[in-house]
Amino acid sequence: MRIDCKHVWEHISAYIDGEVDADLRADIDRHLETCEICSAVLDSTRNFVILVADDRVFELPAGFSQRLHARLDRELELTG
Amino acid sequence: MTASNPELEAEWIRRILAGERHLFHELIRPCERAIYFLLLNLLRNEAEAEDAAQETAIKVYLNLRLFRGDSQFRTWVLSIARNEGLGRLRKLGTRREDSLEAGTDEQTGDYTPAILTSWREVPAEALERKELGAILRKAIEGLPEIYRNVVLLRDIEEMDVRETAAALGITEGAVKVRLHRARAMLQRVLAPQLGGFAPKRRGLFGRRA
Repeated sequence: MRIDCKHVWEHISAYIDGEVDADLRADIDRHLETCEICSAVLDSTRNFVILVADDRVFELPAGFSQRLHARLDRELELTG
Repeated sequence: MTASNPELEAEWIRRILAGERHLFHELIRPCERAIYFLLLNLLRNEAEAEDAAQETAIKVYLNLRLFRGDSQFRTWVLSIARNEGLGRLRKLGTRREDSLEAGTDEQTGDYTPAILTSWREVPAEALERKELGAILRKAIEGLPEIYRNVVLLRDIEEMDVRETAAALGITEGAVKVRLHRARAMLQRVLAPQLGGFAPKRRGLFGRRA
């Protein structure tokens, strides 16, 4: 089946997560072979998904962990 | 994110309850990031989120006996964090336009992505440049809250759909729809901004193309 760009965009997220069925995946793959725009949309979306998973994007505040465990230590002593 | 290990967690919980309290530090450590960023998303204030994260960890410790192991430990911890955050919001009397409890599936709706014909991948090394991280954070912070939470747990903390749904108290279908929309919004916002972070192509004679 031939599918159009809009149809591909609707499924991009599920496609990235491997959650589209085999038939739809094959349709999307065929479309991507010839559609530069959808290929770029897919690549850019997948690129952001990979980038935001990097721990450097969202860093805990400096000293967060030390303060948390110091407070826990006090609590653990209290309940001991 | 540290992958959870249910057998080890169960063993630690048993030993903590039997008196080896110091092991609680190791048990909670892999959940710290997700607790903090979930609360920061809710409360939008770093100091408040940090205090709420500490309270959450203490509540987890005090209620450890109640963990039944029918969900993942981290899911249970995050639902405690979410309740802590929602409780604080209620106390502050914050009116929320988009409630986390709005668990029904939204209409998928149409969207048009940023249309590109060429996209060069931005490599993870580009994150050494602080501006890139700032642009990504700003884009995510600009998402409506119901989308932000799903991006946080699925794409930032890399939790699976089931765990994300359980932690946020929404259906798996809602997780997928929201994630799709969120990624679409991010693509639209980010694609035009990030071209400059891709490696430059070298032209002939080493000049920049």
